[in-house]
Amino acid sequence: MTGIVVRGVKAFGKFWWDFLVGDTPELFLATGIIVALAFLIDGERLVGVILLPLVAAAFLLASTVRGRRRAPGR
Amino acid sequence: MHSTSSTIVLVLAVFGASAVEMVEALTIVVAAGVSRGWRSALEGAAAAAAVLGVLVAVVGVPLVRYIPLDALRVVVGALLLVLGLSWLRKAILRSSGHKDLHDEDKIYADTVAELSETDTVSAAPTQARVHSGRDSLAFVVAFKGVFLEGTEVVLIVISLGAAQHRLGLAALAAAAAVVVVGVVGVLVSRQLSEVPENTIKTAVGIMLTSFGIFWVGEGAGVNWPGSDLAIPVLVGFFIVVTVAYTAFMRTKLPAPAPEESTAT
Repeated sequence: MTGIVVRGVKAFGKFWWDFLVGDTPELFLATGIIVALAFLIDGERLVGVILLPLVAAAFLLASTVRGRRRAPGR
Repeated sequence: MHSTSSTIVLVLAVFGASAVEMVEALTIVVAAGVSRGWRSALEGAAAAAAVLGVLVAVVGVPLVRYIPLDALRVVVGALLLVLGLSWLRKAILRSSGHKDLHDEDKIYADTVAELSETDTVSAAPTQARVHSGRDSLAFVVAFKGVFLEGTEVVLIVISLGAAQHRLGLAALAAAAAVVVVGVVGVLVSRQLSEVPENTIKTAVGIMLTSFGIFWVGEGAGVNWPGSDLAIPVLVGFFIVVTVAYTAFMRTKLPAPAPEESTAT
């Protein structure tokens, strides 16, 4: 019985890990940074409006470049 | 009162996400139905859809009723942001040629081959799996296909629906997509590879990312100019970003390997 529960918890944890982090930890990090920034700039209308999408776009570019197809042997 | 712009984006995002995931699920169900029998495959798919519906009600309704809206929006926004950025990344890599496009024909062929192989390898267990006209293997394959593809849709439905307190509308949009994909699937037989999956995935990724940023900001106290009208502006921004990144990534494709001169 305990074995089943442990396996279930492990599978549940693995599902969320794969889902949220998987092979793109930088996107998970980006989200953490955006949430933190949103609280830090609380109420600062223009800063938030400009900064949050820009941070997301910057991390998206970094992650996309990281996932590019490389020439064989490189 | 809900603004029209956020309602439209909500419906489009859920409908698109559900349609994309259901194309793959339907491919698996059709493969199971063709190779093992329709009754069990359809029962497996229906059972998975029912479980997913229960999940939406069991997880979504308490979220809407008992969690403070601001906290809910930060958590949901963060979840949508992770999901949206990851969908966008994948879509950009696919449309720029850095990643192979999703191939429904290949998924179909692989599933049929796998199910047929199980038949030829061991005939006796196959007999044992067929009880009273039901094929448990077809049931399990169809159930898993629909359940696994549908889990992401459930998360999107719960997130988008809960954060706007429009769970019913979000669930309805997802169900509509399932019906549309199902009808199209029946009409075009199994040629689901014709569905422009990457384009839909790109559009959904843009909407999820925009919603994610908007709600993280809202929940944390950022004042968006124009309130909900900021969502279409964010969508516009990420469309430009996606087009630009796709063009940029095309320039980063490695040169094709020179042909081997093996004239021996």
